[in-house]
Amino acid sequence: MAQLLAVLIDGLIYSSWLFIIAVGLTLIYGVMKILNIAHGSLYALGAYSAASLAGYWIHHGYPPMGSYAVMVVAAILVGLVAGPVIERGLLRFMYGKDEIVLVLVTYAVFLILEDFVKLVWGVDPYFISQPYGLLGNFTVGDLTYPNYNLVVFGAAVFIGAALAWVLTRTRQGKMLLAVIHDREISGAMGINVGRVYFITFTVGAMLGALGGALTAPMISVQPGIGAETIVLAFAVVVIGGLGSMPGAALAALLVGIVRSAAVHYRPELDLFSIYLVMAVVLIMRPKGLFSAQEARKI
Amino acid sequence: MNTLVSKFLKSGVTLLAAVLAAAPAIGNAQDKPIRIGLVTFLSGPAAGPFGVPAKLAAEAIVDSLNAGKAPAPYAAKGFGGTPLELVVIDEAGGATKQVSELRNLVERQGVDFVIGYISSGDCLAVAPVAEELKKITILFDCGTPRVFEDASYKYVFRTRPHATMDAVAGAMYLLENRPAVKSLGGINQNYAWGQDSWTDFTAVMAALKPELTITTSQMPKFGAGQYGPEISALLQSNSDVIHSSLWGGDLEAFMLQATPRNLFTRSQLILVAGEPYLHRLPGSIPDGTIVGARGASGVYAQKSVLNDWLRNIYRERAENYPNYPAYSVAQAFLGLKTAYEKAKAQGASGTEEIIKAFEYESFDSPSGKVMMKLGKGHQAVAGTAYGTTRTVNGQITVGNIKYYPVERVQPPEGVKSVDWIKAGMKPGKW
Repeated sequence: MAQLLAVLIDGLIYSSWLFIIAVGLTLIYGVMKILNIAHGSLYALGAYSAASLAGYWIHHGYPPMGSYAVMVVAAILVGLVAGPVIERGLLRFMYGKDEIVLVLVTYAVFLILEDFVKLVWGVDPYFISQPYGLLGNFTVGDLTYPNYNLVVFGAAVFIGAALAWVLTRTRQGKMLLAVIHDREISGAMGINVGRVYFITFTVGAMLGALGGALTAPMISVQPGIGAETIVLAFAVVVIGGLGSMPGAALAALLVGIVRSAAVHYRPELDLFSIYLVMAVVLIMRPKGLFSAQEARKI
Repeated sequence: MNTLVSKFLKSGVTLLAAVLAAAPAIGNAQDKPIRIGLVTFLSGPAAGPFGVPAKLAAEAIVDSLNAGKAPAPYAAKGFGGTPLELVVIDEAGGATKQVSELRNLVERQGVDFVIGYISSGDCLAVAPVAEELKKITILFDCGTPRVFEDASYKYVFRTRPHATMDAVAGAMYLLENRPAVKSLGGINQNYAWGQDSWTDFTAVMAALKPELTITTSQMPKFGAGQYGPEISALLQSNSDVIHSSLWGGDLEAFMLQATPRNLFTRSQLILVAGEPYLHRLPGSIPDGTIVGARGASGVYAQKSVLNDWLRNIYRERAENYPNYPAYSVAQAFLGLKTAYEKAKAQGASGTEEIIKAFEYESFDSPSGKVMMKLGKGHQAVAGTAYGTTRTVNGQITVGNIKYYPVERVQPPEGVKSVDWIKAGMKPGKW
């Protein structure tokens, strides 16, 4: 029973993290039909910026509790700078081109940003572990967890709920859903599609950076972390159905619980567990769990 | 017609022989430096603790050798009077990329030797390619015993001992200090290095303490980053000891996540490759952790003229003293220099002569004597050391250091590590 409880808690914590790193990716694909490989770099930029700014904050004697706000601000700044630069500076010239071309373009951005990270921060890792232990621990049975995990869980729930509310309850969200459904008709009805794209990409970039910022206290922030993350985020997005936010949430939950169960019961399957979920889901539903019905244009 | 063909072939063979005979020995021309391809991690999780220290050490060593400032017996400038030139390549990107990079180094960059490879996966991948390219390639840091236990190479050498030594000495040290240990868990990366480390360590523990229980073996993928479920599984295993050969960013992330969860207040931790992290993770490596340096390197290197030399030339370029990857790369350069100069002293410094000189050679290094005694003279052996961490003034230091001579920790030639361990690790004659 204790082991089952551990599987559920570990699974939920891991799922929260997966959802945060994947939701920006699926949002951008859902609206813009761009499989944004540079999402991994935005994650890395978020992690580096958070580690640098929060590190500066703590080392200069400011209240450590403020470091959480600094991390979030760092992610927002990354999103506000990198999102518009990439979307206005590059992607808007590519709209209408084949999806494969856009994948290659974002891959190029990914490579450029990977080197940009090395140029700015070097290859030595950055540590900002204080926020991870600052909030104390909670105990379940004989297991101890840092309360920081609750922050990550809370952030995932908040992001999911906020996106659901914006999409279903606000005028802007409904306009965005209209663009997701049909770009041409939306444009004909007076929706500024370019603006929707701009905002979506910026918000997606912010979410990617936030994933990195929230992860920074748990890892050593160093070159290469974006590449590892983008693979996982893609797996989650594909399992959930490209562009589906409920799909991303369910896929993250599924992958998190299955991986956690594998680690606890059959550790040798850990490496394979995520791809096992992906294979099973894609056999049953080739377009993912929540793939939208596609209307055939005549 | 036949006569014509025969004459043509004969003249072709004669011409080829003449060209081969006229081919210069490596670095013979005084104005042509010896080009050495250095392959080490410059980016990614292994760059900070492993790749960059190795690169810094290599650059410092090359500068010192070129200036003729190294102590005896390495005082001759460069290699036998010929200066050295480095061509540095990033090891990041995986084994497939490294195979391409090796071909580039040899066929396009025209390097004379290759010194490289920290990852065991990369070593296993490039060794057959180096053989195909007929280029002397020295594996300087990777640990898997499989390189020379599962294959035989003419052009490939490894100037540091393989990982069996780490497992054997680690287990001995553990049992000498905690003889009552009853259960063992592990977390190791799921590729050659992690798998071999765990296999060897559990085999040694089974041989030395048969009643020991193995509780759990966690094998996260390389670069996993998130270890929450693994830490829970280790906590629930209530193991007396946790063995880990994690390295790079994986080790750092694991320590950052496991320490606040009090994993190490329940279990004794042994980090086989933990030495490079002592100055990087203050506060996250608990006191009492058993730490290895994969040899008597880094903090375990004993005072000597060569050790002082390496520490001094490295310190001029870095904030810290050299860690064990820096010592590993030093062994590669000094081993190759010894072989090159021995071949040259005998009148020729071509590839064949250098290989002949390299096989079964012994040479002094900053971490002690190195002997090329396994893998038909292509695999080094040396003694090793382990110690226990203790925090002093906020800095992690090691105490209770014990040294293990080579005969206690290495299998003899022709015997596979696992077989030697299972047979009771009878000391060989060296």
